[in-house]
Amino acid sequence: MYPREFDYVAPASLDEALDALAANPGAKVMSGGMSLLPLMKMRLFSPEMVVDIGRIPGLDDITDQEDHIAIGALVRHHQTATSALVAEHAAALAEAAAYTGDNQVRRRGTTCGSLAHADIAADQPAGALAAGATMVAASKNGKREIAAADFFVDTLTSALEPDEILVGIRIPKTGGGSAYDKLGRRGGHSDYAVAGAAAWVRKSNGTVEDARIALTGVGTKPMLAAGSMEAFIGSDGSAAAIAAAADRATEGVTVLEDLYGSEAYKAHLARVFVARALEQALARA
Amino acid sequence: MTVNGKAVSGSVEPRTLLVHFLREDLLLTGTHVGCESGYCGACTIHLDGVPTKSCMVLAAQADGCDVTTIEGLAKNGDLHPVQEGFWERHGLQCGFCTPGMIMSAAGILAENGSPTEAEIRHGLEGNLCRCTGYHNIVRAVEYAAAKMRGEEPAPPEWETDLV
Repeated sequence: MYPREFDYVAPASLDEALDALAANPGAKVMSGGMSLLPLMKMRLFSPEMVVDIGRIPGLDDITDQEDHIAIGALVRHHQTATSALVAEHAAALAEAAAYTGDNQVRRRGTTCGSLAHADIAADQPAGALAAGATMVAASKNGKREIAAADFFVDTLTSALEPDEILVGIRIPKTGGGSAYDKLGRRGGHSDYAVAGAAAWVRKSNGTVEDARIALTGVGTKPMLAAGSMEAFIGSDGSAAAIAAAADRATEGVTVLEDLYGSEAYKAHLARVFVARALEQALARA
Repeated sequence: MTVNGKAVSGSVEPRTLLVHFLREDLLLTGTHVGCESGYCGACTIHLDGVPTKSCMVLAAQADGCDVTTIEGLAKNGDLHPVQEGFWERHGLQCGFCTPGMIMSAAGILAENGSPTEAEIRHGLEGNLCRCTGYHNIVRAVEYAAAKMRGEEPAPPEWETDLV
Protein backbone atom coordinates (compact mmCIF):
# COMPACT_ATOMS: atom_id res chain seq x y z
CA MET A 1 0.00 0.00 0.00
CA TYR A 2 1.82 3.04 -1.26
CA PRO A 3 0.87 6.68 -0.74
CA ARG A 4 0.33 8.79 -3.86
CA GLU A 5 3.52 10.38 -5.16
CA PHE A 6 4.83 13.36 -3.26
CA ASP A 7 7.96 15.45 -2.98
CA TYR A 8 10.01 14.90 0.14
CA VAL A 9 12.32 17.29 1.93
CA ALA A 10 14.14 16.75 5.21
CA PRO A 11 15.37 20.20 6.26
CA ALA A 12 18.34 20.47 8.61
CA SER A 13 17.02 23.58 10.34
CA LEU A 14 13.71 25.08 11.43
CA ASP A 15 14.21 28.07 9.12
CA GLU A 16 14.63 25.79 6.11
CA ALA A 17 11.49 23.87 7.07
CA LEU A 18 9.48 27.10 7.44
CA ASP A 19 10.78 28.29 4.07
CA ALA A 20 9.70 25.02 2.46
CA LEU A 21 6.21 25.33 3.95
CA ALA A 22 5.88 28.97 2.88
CA ALA A 23 6.96 28.14 -0.68
CA ASN A 24 4.71 25.06 -1.02
CA PRO A 25 1.09 25.60 0.02
CA GLY A 26 0.37 21.88 -0.58
CA ALA A 27 3.06 20.76 1.86
CA LYS A 28 2.42 18.90 5.11
CA VAL A 29 4.66 18.58 8.16
CA MET A 30 5.66 15.08 9.27
CA SER A 31 7.37 14.24 12.55
CA GLY A 32 6.93 10.62 13.65
CA GLY A 33 4.42 9.94 10.88
CA MET A 34 2.30 7.60 13.01
CA SER A 35 -0.92 9.43 12.13
CA LEU A 36 0.00 11.02 8.81
CA LEU A 37 1.47 8.00 7.00
CA PRO A 38 -1.57 5.73 7.50
CA LEU A 39 -3.81 8.50 6.13
CA MET A 40 -1.51 8.85 3.13
CA LYS A 41 -1.35 5.09 2.55
CA MET A 42 -5.12 4.80 2.64
CA ARG A 43 -5.13 7.83 0.32
CA LEU A 44 -7.48 9.71 2.55
CA PHE A 45 -4.94 12.52 2.39
CA SER A 46 -2.32 13.14 -0.31
CA PRO A 47 -0.05 16.11 0.29
CA GLU A 48 2.02 17.38 -2.63
CA MET A 49 5.06 17.63 -0.39
CA VAL A 50 6.11 16.13 2.93
CA VAL A 51 8.36 18.31 5.08
CA ASP A 52 10.06 15.84 7.43
CA ILE A 53 11.05 17.81 10.53
CA GLY A 54 12.68 14.74 12.12
CA ARG A 55 16.23 15.92 11.45
CA ILE A 56 15.91 19.41 12.91
CA PRO A 57 18.12 19.66 15.99
CA GLY A 58 16.98 21.09 19.31
CA LEU A 59 13.34 20.00 19.24
CA ASP A 60 13.59 16.64 21.01
CA ASP A 61 13.83 17.69 24.67
CA ILE A 62 11.58 18.24 27.64
CA THR A 63 13.07 21.16 29.57
CA ASP A 64 12.49 22.96 32.84
CA GLN A 65 11.86 26.68 32.17
CA GLU A 66 11.26 28.07 35.68
CA ASP A 67 7.53 28.87 35.46
CA HIS A 68 6.72 26.21 32.86
CA ILE A 69 8.04 23.07 31.23
CA ALA A 70 8.62 22.97 27.48
CA ILE A 71 8.01 19.91 25.29
CA GLY A 72 9.66 20.14 21.87
CA ALA A 73 8.09 19.13 18.57
CA LEU A 74 10.11 15.91 18.29
CA VAL A 75 9.54 14.60 21.83
CA ARG A 76 8.12 11.12 21.44
CA HIS A 77 5.14 9.71 23.35
CA HIS A 78 7.48 7.45 25.32
CA GLN A 79 9.54 10.44 26.50
CA THR A 80 6.42 12.32 27.60
CA ALA A 81 5.12 9.19 29.33
CA THR A 82 8.32 8.59 31.29
CA SER A 83 9.50 12.15 32.01
CA ALA A 84 9.78 13.05 35.69
CA LEU A 85 9.07 16.70 34.80
CA VAL A 86 5.84 15.86 32.99
CA ALA A 87 4.81 13.49 35.79
CA GLU A 88 5.29 16.29 38.32
CA HIS A 89 3.56 19.11 36.45
CA ALA A 90 1.12 17.37 34.10
CA ALA A 91 0.49 13.81 35.25
CA ALA A 92 -2.63 13.75 33.04
CA LEU A 93 -0.50 14.32 29.94
CA ALA A 94 2.05 11.69 31.04
CA GLU A 95 -0.74 9.14 31.52
CA ALA A 96 -2.32 10.09 28.20
CA ALA A 97 1.06 9.56 26.48
CA ALA A 98 1.49 6.19 28.22
CA TYR A 99 -1.94 5.10 26.92
CA THR A 100 -1.27 6.26 23.35
CA GLY A 101 -0.89 3.63 20.63
CA ASP A 102 1.37 0.69 21.41
CA ASN A 103 5.05 0.30 22.30
CA GLN A 104 6.33 0.79 18.74
CA VAL A 105 4.05 3.77 18.14
CA ARG A 106 5.05 5.39 21.44
CA ARG A 107 8.73 5.12 20.49
CA ARG A 108 8.26 6.95 17.21
CA GLY A 109 5.14 9.12 17.33
CA THR A 110 5.43 12.55 18.91
CA THR A 111 3.31 14.34 21.49
CA CYS A 112 3.17 17.50 19.36
CA GLY A 113 2.29 15.43 16.28
CA SER A 114 -0.64 13.87 18.11
CA LEU A 115 -1.83 17.30 19.22
CA ALA A 116 -1.51 18.79 15.73
CA HIS A 117 -3.35 15.80 14.25
CA ALA A 118 -6.28 16.63 16.59
CA ASP A 119 -8.02 13.26 16.39
CA ILE A 120 -11.29 13.34 18.29
CA ALA A 121 -10.38 10.13 20.12
CA ALA A 122 -6.66 10.76 20.81
CA ASP A 123 -5.44 10.80 24.40
CA GLN A 124 -2.94 13.62 24.67
CA PRO A 125 -5.20 16.49 23.51
CA ALA A 126 -7.30 15.92 26.64
CA GLY A 127 -4.14 15.86 28.75
CA ALA A 128 -2.93 19.12 27.19
CA LEU A 129 -6.32 20.76 27.76
CA ALA A 130 -6.37 19.72 31.41
CA ALA A 131 -2.78 20.90 31.87
CA GLY A 132 -3.67 24.33 30.48
CA ALA A 133 -0.93 23.99 27.89
CA THR A 134 0.07 26.72 25.48
CA MET A 135 0.90 25.69 21.92
CA VAL A 136 3.79 27.46 20.21
CA ALA A 137 3.39 27.72 16.44
CA ALA A 138 6.15 28.99 14.17
CA SER A 139 5.94 30.27 10.61
CA LYS A 140 8.20 32.39 8.44
CA ASN A 141 6.49 35.41 9.97
CA GLY A 142 7.47 34.49 13.51
CA LYS A 143 6.01 32.63 16.46
CA ARG A 144 2.60 32.81 18.06
CA GLU A 145 1.09 31.19 21.11
CA ILE A 146 -2.27 29.44 21.10
CA ALA A 147 -4.07 28.36 24.26
CA ALA A 148 -4.93 24.63 24.25
CA ALA A 149 -8.61 25.55 24.64
CA ASP A 150 -8.43 27.46 21.32
CA PHE A 151 -6.19 24.94 19.53
CA PHE A 152 -8.64 22.11 18.83
CA VAL A 153 -11.02 23.56 16.27
CA ASP A 154 -12.91 20.60 14.84
CA THR A 155 -12.49 16.94 13.86
CA LEU A 156 -8.86 16.49 12.73
CA THR A 157 -8.55 20.28 12.57
CA SER A 158 -6.28 22.39 14.73
CA ALA A 159 -5.73 26.14 14.77
CA LEU A 160 -2.42 25.68 12.93
CA GLU A 161 -2.14 27.42 9.56
CA PRO A 162 -0.74 25.38 6.64
CA ASP A 163 2.58 27.27 6.82
CA GLU A 164 2.97 26.75 10.57
CA ILE A 165 4.83 24.12 12.58
CA LEU A 166 3.86 23.27 16.14
CA VAL A 167 7.42 23.69 17.48
CA GLY A 168 6.54 22.89 21.06
CA ILE A 169 4.13 23.22 23.92
CA ARG A 170 4.47 24.92 27.30
CA ILE A 171 2.91 23.56 30.44
CA PRO A 172 2.53 26.06 33.26
CA LYS A 173 3.66 25.03 36.73
CA THR A 174 0.42 25.72 38.49
CA GLY A 175 0.56 23.18 41.31
CA GLY A 176 -2.42 20.97 42.06
CA GLY A 177 -2.78 17.48 40.65
CA SER A 178 -4.02 15.92 37.44
CA ALA A 179 -4.99 12.57 35.94
CA TYR A 180 -6.28 10.94 32.76
CA ASP A 181 -8.31 7.80 32.37
CA LYS A 182 -10.13 6.19 29.47
CA LEU A 183 -11.72 3.10 28.00
CA GLY A 184 -9.68 1.97 25.01
CA ARG A 185 -11.24 0.46 21.92
CA ARG A 186 -9.43 -2.81 22.65
CA GLY A 187 -10.42 -2.69 26.31
CA GLY A 188 -8.43 -1.34 29.24
CA HIS A 189 -6.23 1.48 28.06
CA SER A 190 -5.37 -0.05 24.66
CA ASP A 191 -5.92 1.77 21.38
CA TYR A 192 -7.80 5.01 20.77
CA ALA A 193 -10.29 6.12 23.41
CA VAL A 194 -13.90 5.04 23.11
CA ALA A 195 -14.17 7.84 25.64
CA GLY A 196 -11.85 9.36 28.22
CA ALA A 197 -11.36 12.35 30.45
CA ALA A 198 -8.49 14.33 31.91
CA ALA A 199 -8.74 16.53 34.98
CA TRP A 200 -6.56 19.06 36.78
CA VAL A 201 -7.52 20.27 40.23
CA ARG A 202 -6.03 22.75 42.68
CA LYS A 203 -7.42 22.92 46.22
CA SER A 204 -6.97 25.59 48.83
CA ASN A 205 -8.31 25.46 52.42
CA GLY A 206 -10.68 22.61 51.61
CA THR A 207 -12.13 24.30 48.54
CA VAL A 208 -11.52 23.52 44.87
CA GLU A 209 -9.88 26.78 43.89
CA ASP A 210 -9.50 25.94 40.19
CA ALA A 211 -10.02 22.98 37.88
CA ARG A 212 -9.92 21.99 34.24
CA ILE A 213 -11.73 18.95 32.93
CA ALA A 214 -11.37 17.71 29.33
CA LEU A 215 -13.09 15.03 27.26
CA THR A 216 -11.86 12.90 24.39
CA GLY A 217 -13.74 10.47 22.16
CA VAL A 218 -17.05 12.04 23.11
CA GLY A 219 -17.70 15.16 21.03
CA THR A 220 -16.62 16.57 17.69
CA LYS A 221 -13.18 17.46 19.07
CA PRO A 222 -11.10 17.18 22.23
CA MET A 223 -12.76 19.77 24.47
CA LEU A 224 -13.18 21.17 27.93
CA ALA A 225 -16.28 20.01 29.81
CA ALA A 226 -17.57 23.45 30.76
CA GLY A 227 -20.53 22.20 32.79
CA SER A 228 -18.37 19.89 34.92
CA MET A 229 -15.82 22.65 35.50
CA GLU A 230 -18.50 25.11 36.57
CA ALA A 231 -19.95 22.57 38.98
CA PHE A 232 -16.60 21.56 40.48
CA ILE A 233 -14.80 24.90 40.90
CA GLY A 234 -15.68 26.33 44.29
CA SER A 235 -16.98 23.00 45.60
CA ASP A 236 -15.52 21.07 48.53
CA GLY A 237 -14.21 18.32 46.23
CA SER A 238 -16.25 15.68 48.09
CA ALA A 239 -17.65 12.53 46.54
CA ALA A 240 -20.95 14.36 46.14
CA ALA A 241 -19.20 17.24 44.37
CA ILE A 242 -17.45 14.80 42.03
CA ALA A 243 -20.78 13.14 41.22
CA ALA A 244 -22.42 16.50 40.60
CA ALA A 245 -19.59 17.56 38.27
CA ALA A 246 -19.65 14.22 36.42
CA ASP A 247 -23.40 14.55 35.87
CA ARG A 248 -22.77 17.66 33.78
CA ALA A 249 -19.96 16.10 31.68
CA THR A 250 -21.75 16.40 28.34
CA GLU A 251 -23.54 19.68 28.98
CA GLY A 252 -23.29 21.69 25.77
CA VAL A 253 -21.38 18.84 24.05
CA THR A 254 -22.63 17.32 20.80
CA VAL A 255 -22.07 13.65 21.64
CA LEU A 256 -21.12 11.63 18.57
CA GLU A 257 -22.11 8.03 18.02
CA ASP A 258 -19.45 5.90 16.34
CA LEU A 259 -18.54 2.26 15.71
CA TYR A 260 -17.58 1.88 19.36
CA GLY A 261 -20.58 3.29 21.14
CA SER A 262 -24.01 4.86 20.93
CA GLU A 263 -24.66 8.42 22.02
CA ALA A 264 -26.08 7.20 25.32
CA TYR A 265 -23.10 4.91 25.99
CA LYS A 266 -20.60 7.66 25.16
CA ALA A 267 -22.40 10.09 27.46
CA HIS A 268 -22.35 7.45 30.19
CA LEU A 269 -18.63 6.87 29.72
CA ALA A 270 -18.00 10.62 29.79
CA ARG A 271 -19.61 10.78 33.25
CA VAL A 272 -17.71 7.72 34.48
CA PHE A 273 -14.33 9.00 33.34
CA VAL A 274 -14.86 12.58 34.50
CA ALA A 275 -15.52 11.13 37.96
CA ARG A 276 -12.50 8.80 37.83
CA ALA A 277 -10.15 11.52 36.54
CA LEU A 278 -11.35 13.93 39.24
CA GLU A 279 -10.89 11.36 42.01
CA GLN A 280 -7.37 10.58 40.88
CA ALA A 281 -6.46 14.24 40.30
CA LEU A 282 -7.69 15.15 43.80
CA ALA A 283 -5.63 12.34 45.29
CA ARG A 284 -2.57 13.99 43.71
CA ALA A 285 -3.54 17.62 44.46
CA MET B 1 21.86 3.25 6.04
CA THR B 2 23.37 0.30 7.86
CA VAL B 3 21.32 -2.89 7.74
CA ASN B 4 22.31 -5.83 9.93
CA GLY B 5 25.80 -4.36 10.28
CA LYS B 6 26.38 -3.80 6.56
CA ALA B 7 26.41 -0.41 4.86
CA VAL B 8 23.78 -0.32 2.12
CA SER B 9 22.60 2.41 -0.20
CA GLY B 10 19.88 2.81 -2.74
CA SER B 11 17.85 5.37 -4.57
CA VAL B 12 14.12 5.25 -3.92
CA GLU B 13 10.97 7.22 -4.59
CA PRO B 14 9.95 9.43 -1.65
CA ARG B 15 6.88 7.24 -1.10
CA THR B 16 8.87 4.03 -0.71
CA LEU B 17 8.24 2.57 2.72
CA LEU B 18 11.15 1.17 4.69
CA VAL B 19 9.60 -2.30 4.68
CA HIS B 20 9.50 -2.34 0.87
CA PHE B 21 13.09 -1.12 0.63
CA LEU B 22 14.17 -3.94 2.95
CA ARG B 23 12.15 -6.64 1.19
CA GLU B 24 12.31 -5.63 -2.47
CA ASP B 25 15.62 -3.78 -2.81
CA LEU B 26 17.67 -5.66 -0.22
CA LEU B 27 15.70 -8.95 -0.56
CA LEU B 28 15.44 -9.25 3.21
CA THR B 29 12.02 -10.88 3.14
CA GLY B 30 12.04 -12.00 6.77
CA THR B 31 10.31 -8.75 7.68
CA HIS B 32 6.65 -9.33 6.86
CA VAL B 33 4.01 -7.02 5.44
CA GLY B 34 0.78 -7.56 7.34
CA CYS B 35 -2.00 -5.05 7.82
CA GLU B 36 -0.10 -2.08 6.35
CA SER B 37 -2.03 0.27 8.58
CA GLY B 38 0.09 0.29 11.68
CA TYR B 39 -1.84 -2.20 13.77
CA CYS B 40 -0.34 -5.65 13.33
CA GLY B 41 3.38 -5.15 13.93
CA ALA B 42 4.45 -7.95 11.55
CA CYS B 43 6.89 -5.48 9.96
CA THR B 44 8.64 -4.58 13.23
CA ILE B 45 12.38 -3.99 12.90
CA HIS B 46 14.87 -2.10 15.07
CA LEU B 47 15.56 1.44 13.89
CA ASP B 48 18.58 2.78 15.77
CA GLY B 49 17.88 0.05 18.32
CA VAL B 50 14.21 0.96 18.78
CA PRO B 51 11.38 -1.44 17.81
CA THR B 52 9.66 0.29 14.90
CA LYS B 53 6.93 -0.67 12.43
CA SER B 54 8.76 -0.48 9.11
CA CYS B 55 5.55 -0.04 7.09
CA MET B 56 5.00 3.19 9.01
CA VAL B 57 8.37 4.73 8.11
CA LEU B 58 9.52 6.09 4.77
CA ALA B 59 12.78 4.59 3.57
CA ALA B 60 14.01 8.17 3.23
CA GLN B 61 13.32 8.80 6.92
CA ALA B 62 15.69 5.95 7.76
CA ASP B 63 18.50 7.47 5.68
CA GLY B 64 21.72 7.20 7.69
CA CYS B 65 20.09 5.06 10.39
CA ASP B 66 21.07 1.68 11.81
CA VAL B 67 18.50 -0.99 10.95
CA THR B 68 18.31 -4.52 12.35
CA THR B 69 15.90 -7.02 10.82
CA ILE B 70 15.06 -10.55 11.91
CA GLU B 71 17.87 -11.76 9.61
CA GLY B 72 20.38 -9.83 11.72
CA LEU B 73 19.36 -11.16 15.11
CA ALA B 74 21.24 -14.48 15.16
CA LYS B 75 24.96 -14.06 15.76
CA ASN B 76 27.51 -16.44 14.22
CA GLY B 77 24.84 -19.05 13.60
CA ASP B 78 23.56 -18.96 17.18
CA LEU B 79 19.91 -18.06 17.55
CA HIS B 80 19.09 -15.01 19.64
CA PRO B 81 17.58 -16.15 22.99
CA VAL B 82 14.16 -14.86 21.87
CA GLN B 83 14.38 -16.93 18.69
CA GLU B 84 15.42 -19.94 20.77
CA GLY B 85 12.49 -19.26 23.13
CA PHE B 86 9.99 -19.29 20.27
CA TRP B 87 11.45 -22.62 19.16
CA GLU B 88 11.53 -24.19 22.64
CA ARG B 89 8.14 -22.95 23.86
CA HIS B 90 6.20 -23.34 20.61
CA GLY B 91 5.78 -19.56 20.28
CA LEU B 92 4.52 -19.76 16.71
CA GLN B 93 1.84 -21.49 14.72
CA CYS B 94 1.58 -20.18 11.17
CA GLY B 95 4.65 -17.99 11.71
CA PHE B 96 3.45 -14.87 9.93
CA CYS B 97 3.60 -12.58 12.95
CA THR B 98 6.76 -14.22 14.30
CA PRO B 99 9.50 -11.94 12.91
CA GLY B 100 7.71 -8.88 14.24
CA MET B 101 6.92 -10.56 17.55
CA ILE B 102 10.54 -11.54 18.00
CA MET B 103 11.87 -8.07 17.16
CA SER B 104 9.36 -6.49 19.56
CA ALA B 105 10.19 -8.98 22.31
CA ALA B 106 13.94 -8.45 21.83
CA GLY B 107 13.32 -4.72 22.22
CA ILE B 108 11.40 -5.25 25.46
CA LEU B 109 14.14 -7.48 26.91
CA ALA B 110 16.89 -5.06 25.92
CA GLU B 111 15.35 -2.54 28.32
CA ASN B 112 13.92 -4.81 31.00
CA GLY B 113 15.66 -8.11 31.69
CA SER B 114 13.00 -9.32 34.14
CA PRO B 115 9.60 -8.32 32.76
CA THR B 116 6.45 -9.58 34.47
CA GLU B 117 3.89 -11.44 32.39
CA ALA B 118 1.77 -8.26 32.38
CA GLU B 119 4.73 -6.21 31.15
CA ILE B 120 5.38 -8.69 28.35
CA ARG B 121 1.75 -8.65 27.25
CA HIS B 122 1.62 -4.84 27.44
CA GLY B 123 4.89 -4.56 25.52
CA LEU B 124 3.55 -6.81 22.74
CA GLU B 125 0.27 -4.90 22.34
CA GLY B 126 1.49 -3.59 19.00
CA ASN B 127 1.85 -7.10 17.56
CA LEU B 128 -1.16 -9.15 16.51
CA CYS B 129 -1.19 -12.95 16.10
CA ARG B 130 -4.10 -14.13 13.96
CA CYS B 131 -3.56 -17.68 15.25
CA THR B 132 -4.16 -16.16 18.72
CA GLY B 133 -1.10 -17.98 19.98
CA TYR B 134 -0.32 -15.31 22.55
CA HIS B 135 0.02 -17.62 25.52
CA ASN B 136 3.03 -19.52 24.19
CA ILE B 137 4.52 -16.30 22.82
CA VAL B 138 4.57 -14.94 26.37
CA ARG B 139 6.15 -18.19 27.57
CA ALA B 140 8.75 -17.89 24.82
CA VAL B 141 9.68 -14.38 25.95
CA GLU B 142 9.89 -15.58 29.57
CA TYR B 143 12.19 -18.37 28.40
CA ALA B 144 14.40 -15.83 26.63
CA ALA B 145 14.45 -13.51 29.63
CA ALA B 146 15.63 -16.35 31.87
CA LYS B 147 18.32 -17.35 29.35
CA MET B 148 19.54 -13.79 29.03
CA ARG B 149 19.81 -13.53 32.83
CA GLY B 150 21.90 -16.69 32.76
CA GLU B 151 19.18 -18.71 34.50
CA GLU B 152 17.61 -22.04 33.61
CA PRO B 153 14.15 -21.38 32.09
CA ALA B 154 11.15 -22.94 33.81
CA PRO B 155 10.13 -26.23 32.14
CA PRO B 156 7.37 -25.98 29.53
CA GLU B 157 3.81 -26.17 30.80
CA TRP B 158 3.07 -29.25 28.73
CA GLU B 159 5.55 -31.13 30.90
CA THR B 160 4.29 -29.84 34.23
CA ASP B 161 0.60 -29.01 33.92
CA LEU B 162 -0.64 -32.45 32.93
CA VAL B 163 0.74 -34.45 35.85
